[in-house]
Amino acid sequence: MRKVYNKISQIVGNVITVKAPGVAYEELAEITTRRTKSLAQVIKMEGDMVSLQVFAGSRGVSINDEVRFLGHPMQVTFSDDMLGRIFDGAGNPRDKGPLLTENLIPVAGPSVNPSKRIIPRKMIRTNIPMIDVFNSLVVSQKLPIFSVSGEPYNELLARIALQAEVDMIILGGIGLKYDEYMNFKNVLEKGGALTRSIFFMNTASDPIVESLMVPDLSLAVAEKFALKGKEVLVLLTDMTNFADAMKEIAITMEQVPSNRGYPGDLYSQLAARYEKAVDFEGAGSITILAVTTMPGDDVTHPVPDNTGYITEGQFYLHNGYIDPFGSLSRLKQQVNSAEKSRKDHRAIMDGMIQLYAQYMETEEKRSMGFRMSNWDLKLLKYGGLFRNQMMDLSVNIPLEEALDRGWQILAECFTSEETRLRTELIQEFWPTNGK
Amino acid sequence: MNQNFGKIVGINGNMVSVAFDGNIMQNEVAFILHGDERLKSEVVRIGDGVSFLQVFESTKGIKIGALVEFSGELLSVQLGPGLLGQVFDGLQNPLPELAEEYGFFLPRGVSLKALDDSHKWAFTPKVEKGDTVISGIALGHVPEGIFEHAIMVPFHFQGEYTVEEIVSAGDYVLTDTLVKLKDERGNIHEISMTFNWPVKIPIEAYRDKIVPTEPLITQARIIDTFFPVAKGGTFCIPGPFGAGKTVLQHIISRYAEVDIVIVAACGERAGEVVEVLREFPELIDPRTGKSLMERTIIICNTSSMPVAAREASVYTAVTLGEYYRQMGLDVLLLADSTSRWAQAMRELSGRLEEIPGEEAFPAYLESRIAEFYERSGLVELNDGRVSSLTIGGTVSPAGGNFEEPVTQSTLKVVGAFLGLSRDRANARRFPAIHPLESWSKYKSFIPEDITNEARDVLRRGSDVNQMMMVVGEEGTSIEDFALYLKSELLDSVYLQQNAFDKVDAATDDKRQEYIFENVHKVLKTEFPFDSKDDARSFFNRLRQAFIDWNYIDMDSAQFKVQHESIEKLIEEQSGNEKSL
Repeated sequence: MRKVYNKISQIVGNVITVKAPGVAYEELAEITTRRTKSLAQVIKMEGDMVSLQVFAGSRGVSINDEVRFLGHPMQVTFSDDMLGRIFDGAGNPRDKGPLLTENLIPVAGPSVNPSKRIIPRKMIRTNIPMIDVFNSLVVSQKLPIFSVSGEPYNELLARIALQAEVDMIILGGIGLKYDEYMNFKNVLEKGGALTRSIFFMNTASDPIVESLMVPDLSLAVAEKFALKGKEVLVLLTDMTNFADAMKEIAITMEQVPSNRGYPGDLYSQLAARYEKAVDFEGAGSITILAVTTMPGDDVTHPVPDNTGYITEGQFYLHNGYIDPFGSLSRLKQQVNSAEKSRKDHRAIMDGMIQLYAQYMETEEKRSMGFRMSNWDLKLLKYGGLFRNQMMDLSVNIPLEEALDRGWQILAECFTSEETRLRTELIQEFWPTNGK
Repeated sequence: MNQNFGKIVGINGNMVSVAFDGNIMQNEVAFILHGDERLKSEVVRIGDGVSFLQVFESTKGIKIGALVEFSGELLSVQLGPGLLGQVFDGLQNPLPELAEEYGFFLPRGVSLKALDDSHKWAFTPKVEKGDTVISGIALGHVPEGIFEHAIMVPFHFQGEYTVEEIVSAGDYVLTDTLVKLKDERGNIHEISMTFNWPVKIPIEAYRDKIVPTEPLITQARIIDTFFPVAKGGTFCIPGPFGAGKTVLQHIISRYAEVDIVIVAACGERAGEVVEVLREFPELIDPRTGKSLMERTIIICNTSSMPVAAREASVYTAVTLGEYYRQMGLDVLLLADSTSRWAQAMRELSGRLEEIPGEEAFPAYLESRIAEFYERSGLVELNDGRVSSLTIGGTVSPAGGNFEEPVTQSTLKVVGAFLGLSRDRANARRFPAIHPLESWSKYKSFIPEDITNEARDVLRRGSDVNQMMMVVGEEGTSIEDFALYLKSELLDSVYLQQNAFDKVDAATDDKRQEYIFENVHKVLKTEFPFDSKDDARSFFNRLRQAFIDWNYIDMDSAQFKVQHESIEKLIEEQSGNEKSL
């Protein structure tokens, strides 16, 4: 017999407190209000007094509403039938399809034993040179896309979802605008990728507490598929909304805030999600790409800052380009060596970026009206070519073609020793026609 | 031991409050009994009839009223042969064994023995019946990989002891009694190969602590030449994310000239530990000819593992470091990252509702950090030998701002500050240690007046660069411009190192002296240039030559050839002008 209580003693924000002996920490309860039913989760216990966060929010909850404890923590269904389906942040279908109640699995399970992890070794090609050449995406990597509102980050995410070589995609939408949600759906549908996708979608108009569950649901399902041998790409957008939802609950619970109101465990909470990225030896893998919008384009804001310390690099989407300086894939060294990629890959990557950095300095000098030396003029030419033929997001070419293009650009602008590349590579790859 | 029990009366995250009525001790270990699971926790505050425990595991599913068993012991680690080459979690559970038993995931509420009870060790006695010994003195030793692992008088033994009985040489397991010691009152103590030590109490079974002076060669040129670390000293590596803290630590852990390296991965990415885990067994230590793993211990509490165990992990690591120092070895402890440990303290402090200090860190943050670094040191052991424990910690300042409390508290207590800069990292200048902002209180093997000259070139070169930003290249004199190019040369051919090239990744002291002498020569030479383009093109060629030189093995014939071509370049350009 499940326990039912109907005396709520306190409602603050989206947290209710009820006297309920015998429940377990993080257990779920169902609250039936006059209008609707909502799930709630235990977040604090003191003696018999139990505090729960109400997924649908506390609006309209009356103090004699029924709170029924379910005797288990948050769960989600798991089966192949989920492919092509769309669920909400509580795990219920939002696509009018049938309710799936079979094979329930717990969410937010234990972490992977580090000694069972393996060194990442496989590149995920995306045909975007700024990713493939300069910051390769690697199986089992966790990477955020740092950006600001107004940048085409969701378009980039959708394009990666379509082009990336993976078995399936799980999209977790956190406080996503409705039209962006529809856009994802349309793009994947048009590209024929919807049947290998699962959506967990919390839009901006859905309850905020439900958004907290989206990463856990997405990753729990991803983990099961990965254990069954699937290469899963999990896309989360936008993790800043997730952090803000956590902040809201923490402040409601009167926790001492640490930095700009965010709870002290922000790092650990984000890490618990991102660290689900893994390559299971002998089975599949999880790769995570997550949009993190930076309030005020400030990378030192607590959300991008903590994220950066957790993830294995970041793509920094800025003015419509993947910025080559702010962006970094920490795992690229695992896949761009001479053995695993073309032998000029690393040299082109480093050489072109160093020159581009010099171009940026020259550009600054130019904008201040200084006379340009010969070298400056070369750099200016190089910067323009690099921007148009490499950085532009519409460039859609495979890695090898991009490397060839890199040599062409260099040869068009510089003499070989000006590039600082190693002599042996120059001998092999320098385009002789100078074109 | 009389067992003490309590009952849970409140749960808030990884913090539980427990009603008790027996005798309990601050920082004692307790277990929450939940079905078959025993969740390890530590008493962090004692109130009137209610104590607060931080739980080293997730508290999901725990109920009010659950039984708590107090152990009467402080949080301890097991010391003895077999630690080297191991991978432990923060509470000294061996992770490979956990994986063998439980598969991909870390189960909750289980613990395994840190050391293998059944392994036979070949013991050789070193003392005889009737000898007088004190704590820390070796009674004998067993071979552990490349080292002789000393079996010592446990460190908590006070006063003098007489050897009553000692076994003859032979194979024994960890728990066999090897020696019987009689104390001054005539009581007999049985000694085996292993004993426990509480992690938060420093091991001080040595005669004296001495001032560290001898440089610890890390084989990173910018560190050894400009910001050296001493054996027994401390250093910190603060830096924003992406500046290469962990990469730098990996390089140090790989090439540092010490006997033993302990890597404490504290609240950082699991993937980074994996690199060490999978690569070290394959890498050969040039000093010993054996696998690097034989000199390494990894303590691993990565970011998604329980938060409370992060604090335990740094203490576990430093205790193991002190233990090997007692054997006369030079130990290097690398903690990555101390900020995560500080954050764990902050989380706990928040749940205890303590009055928060700056950025909500607890007021005791500074003293805890100081206590930790103070456990390093160069010591004279009770048998007269000298050994060291060097501690290096990374710091991950929020927003990359070094003004924050953890960085500032750390800077007060360390001997060298290797500050990483985002600008240098973005410009792909590795290691991204900032050459003008970093400092070290230790001495390098290269004379200080020479490095100061080089430092001066860097500083003035940077000034010229700043000025050029304002007045442009045309407003800069050719002499200043040449100075700037010299500083850039020093930066790109000496301060920067390619970690992925097998030669350039590690430069030993001999090679550093040799190369630095040549770079220094360039810095001191006046070159006449016709134009700035002329100067730039010369330094481009010179840089290329030096970089190629860095990739050549010092023992190969090629090395000398390249050296000659560099000298020729310099001579040609300087013409008949005399060196200053």
